[in-house]
Amino acid sequence: MKGNEPGNVEATAISLKDEDVPMPRQEPHERVKNFSEVALGYTEEMALKEAARCLRCKNPQCRKGCPVDVPIPEFIECILQGEYAEGIALVKSKNALPAICGRVCPQEQQCQMKCVKGKKGDPVNIGRLERFLADWERDNEGYWPEAPAPTGKRVAVIGAGPAGLTAAADLVRSGHSVTLFEALHVGGGVLSYGIPEFRLPKEIVQREIDYVRRLGVEIKLGYLIGRIKTIPELLGQGYDAIFIGSGAGLPQWTGCPGENLGGIYSANEFLIRVNLMKAYAFPEQDTPIRVGKHLVVIGGGNVAIDCARISMRLGATVCLNYRRSRNELPARREEIENAEEEGLACKFLSAPVEFYGDEKGWVKSMRCTCMELTEPDEKGRQGVQPIPCSDFEIPVDTVIIAIGQTPNPIIQRTTEGLMTNPRNGTIVVDAEGRTNLEGVYAGGDIATGAATVISAMGAGKRAARSIHRYLMETPRGERTSTGN
Amino acid sequence: MTFRILSKRQLAYKKTLFEVEAPDVAAKALPGQFLIVIAREGGERVPLTICEYDRQKGTVSFAFHEVGKTTKELGTLNEGDRLFNVTGPLGNPSNISRFGRVLCVGGSIMIAPILLQAKALKAEGNHVTTVLGCRGDEFLFMKEEASAVSDEVHVASDDGTAGTKGLDFLEELVSSERFDRCVVMGPVDMMKRVSEITRPYGIPTFVTLTPIMIDGMGMCGVCRVTVGGKMMFGCVDGPEFDGHQTNFDELIMRQRTMLPEERLSSILWETNGGCKCERK
Ligand SMILES: Cc1cc2nc3c(=O)[nH]c(=O)nc-3n(C[C@H](O)[C@H](O)[C@H](O)COP(=O)(O)OP(=O)(O)OC[C@H]3O[C@@H](n4cnc5c(N)ncnc54)[C@H](O)[C@@H]3O)c2cc1C
Ligand SMILES: Cc1cc2nc3c(=O)[nH]c(=O)nc-3n(C[C@H](O)[C@H](O)[C@H](O)COP(=O)(O)OP(=O)(O)OC[C@H]3O[C@@H](n4cnc5c(N)ncnc54)[C@H](O)[C@@H]3O)c2cc1C
Ligand code: SF4
Ligand code: FES
Repeated sequence: MKGNEPGNVEATAISLKDEDVPMPRQEPHERVKNFSEVALGYTEEMALKEAARCLRCKNPQCRKGCPVDVPIPEFIECILQGEYAEGIALVKSKNALPAICGRVCPQEQQCQMKCVKGKKGDPVNIGRLERFLADWERDNEGYWPEAPAPTGKRVAVIGAGPAGLTAAADLVRSGHSVTLFEALHVGGGVLSYGIPEFRLPKEIVQREIDYVRRLGVEIKLGYLIGRIKTIPELLGQGYDAIFIGSGAGLPQWTGCPGENLGGIYSANEFLIRVNLMKAYAFPEQDTPIRVGKHLVVIGGGNVAIDCARISMRLGATVCLNYRRSRNELPARREEIENAEEEGLACKFLSAPVEFYGDEKGWVKSMRCTCMELTEPDEKGRQGVQPIPCSDFEIPVDTVIIAIGQTPNPIIQRTTEGLMTNPRNGTIVVDAEGRTNLEGVYAGGDIATGAATVISAMGAGKRAARSIHRYLMETPRGERTSTGN
Repeated sequence: MTFRILSKRQLAYKKTLFEVEAPDVAAKALPGQFLIVIAREGGERVPLTICEYDRQKGTVSFAFHEVGKTTKELGTLNEGDRLFNVTGPLGNPSNISRFGRVLCVGGSIMIAPILLQAKALKAEGNHVTTVLGCRGDEFLFMKEEASAVSDEVHVASDDGTAGTKGLDFLEELVSSERFDRCVVMGPVDMMKRVSEITRPYGIPTFVTLTPIMIDGMGMCGVCRVTVGGKMMFGCVDGPEFDGHQTNFDELIMRQRTMLPEERLSSILWETNGGCKCERK
């Protein structure tokens, strides 16, 4: 029963049965051998059929579920009318990175969760439709916003992840002169170094970055703020306001003995090697990666699943080691299913205790302990505790530790007086993204801890709005030349 | 930024010094910090220590030893060529204060950056004794520069063709003279040895650790080292650490984790004609 076989299903039939149009995907046995995109995208015909399912509600719930307030029924209407250019313009009026959001947003917890069609059957596949428009624009003459009148104000944005890119795009479109400082040699943040190629092709990320650049944002790569310039220095060098979007890139460790053995990677090291440095193509690419035959990923979030799926593509047999049970897996359902189709095995209720190495210092086995869930606390959340004397040892030759990331600390360490949360190192901001320092704003993972692309973008947008207000209300001080 | 190579100086066999245009980096560089250099688009990120900077001219210098693919490739570049990217300054600067009598030990390629420290320490009014370590006479360089920035210079070599043979003389030196501080940059086994020599005398000893690095800004953790029993990141907590607290054996082991891949990379590059030397 496929809704996407051309010609044999009428649009009306679909809306009666109320099944959504499935996304064509690479077959599991094929895709596990390559790094090409798994989900192939709707054809025009599929998009029309899926768009026809939308009721174009008077009081659309979906839009309330969207953190950046994309006019969802309106752009779906444009698809139905075949007015793709207008549709993408509507999307981009709120979301500067639709090709990315259409691919990696957890729509099932956002817009699609609220969609009224979801009450009885499948919700409208809003994300796939958004992706369809964004991909259409790639192949066609796109939407181009008018150049705004310059305000003469300068803003520095730190970090070219989704938060920084969004803030920079909105600020430049308000007429400010914007410089975006990125520490790595490539922009995109997690979009470039974290999320794997087969979920989000890097060429698409690059295109979205180029879009932001063409809007007029000056992007400086290889600038680690805190070292090359500090926040106070930027303020002293003629920047009227600053937005910090430096993300949560500091890996966390298990603290188990033997963690520094060879063959034990943090998720970040593994992802940076493979995605940013393209180690999957070693030796054509210079940066190597080594995965053995028996690989264990510790963790259960999206990051852990991404690491597991990459490892299978590099030829390893992969076991996910998660200390709670399947029901608590924080990763997206769809991604877990994808991974299991590709051959992922899971070991639930198990946690590492110690790693053992061979004579060369390479990991050869690990000892784990079995865990059990405890009674729910008053908030209803279950804890976990080790079961005594339940240890077991398994042979491994590669371990990836994917148990979370905390905020990058360099800016906090080098900005005197900047208020941070002592518990987790996040920068403290108010609802508008203001820090305790005048003219300094922050948002995205640096303020929330590891979250999502769209919430980072939402934070970038809110901060851009309040920076704009701040700049336009502040009495004109000394003007420094922009000298781009 | 352009990252144009303004000058190239052959220090010794397979050891080269580049002076590169990078005004924003030069404006903030301090002794003890390092750069991440990417030779060409798609190339590896290699950490290299800052050897000199000129804030007026807007340049920074680094010296490298051709050991693997990337450094060999760097060696083929010339004056006027551009590097794809130079990120820096990274890591914490060294403590340059008035300590009294300081012993600076530089080994192999790291002779070049230790002299930047020696110069800065001297300018602070310290009495500076510099030790240059090398494999043999033909690998020794910057001896005159060392004399210019030190009160005393000693040379030691593995084979005895330059200065004294081996590092044994250091034991005598530290037992007969007072030193208030010792800074060491060089191969890991040498830093380990020097730390062992100074330990009984309680001379505070600081070593520049060179674990494998990728981002150099605290994101990947490949550079983790154990110092004083605690996990530290070489790039953001260092690169300079207390030599008496450092687990050198673990560092040596971790540096070798990708050896087979590095060798493959290097061999492929040479057989594909990347290497311009006459060997083979
Ligand atoms: C493997 C993985 C998979 C994920 N999958 C999904 C998904 O499917 N869907 C989803 O919604 N979310 C996903 N996420 C989460 C999402 O990517 C992040 O929440 C989001 O990228 C946060 O955006 P950001 O702009 O705050 O930070 P980041 O994307 O982390 O960007 C921060 C940028 O700032 C730079 N930077 C840091 N410090 C400095 C400094 N001092 N100076 C200059 N630049 C600096 C960094 O190099 C980086 O480029 C995933 C995360 C990971 C790691
Ligand atoms: C903070 C720091 C400062 C450094 N300063 C200098 C310097 O001033 N001059 C200099 O010549 N070298 C320096 N190094 C070492 C230099 O980075 C490596 O020699 C270089 O990365 C080797 O790259 P390659 O591709 O040519 O060789 P590869 O093929 O990568 O490796 C060849 C050999 O070098 C070792 N190695 C590989 N990568 C690294 C790495 N990132 N760090 C340390 N060792 C590595 C390997 O164990 C191997 O034995 C420094 C390293 C660090 C971490
Ligand atoms: S809630 Fe669902 S049906 Fe209603 S407008 Fe939004 S996408 Fe269409
Ligand atoms: S090099 Fe990646 S954390 Fe230090």
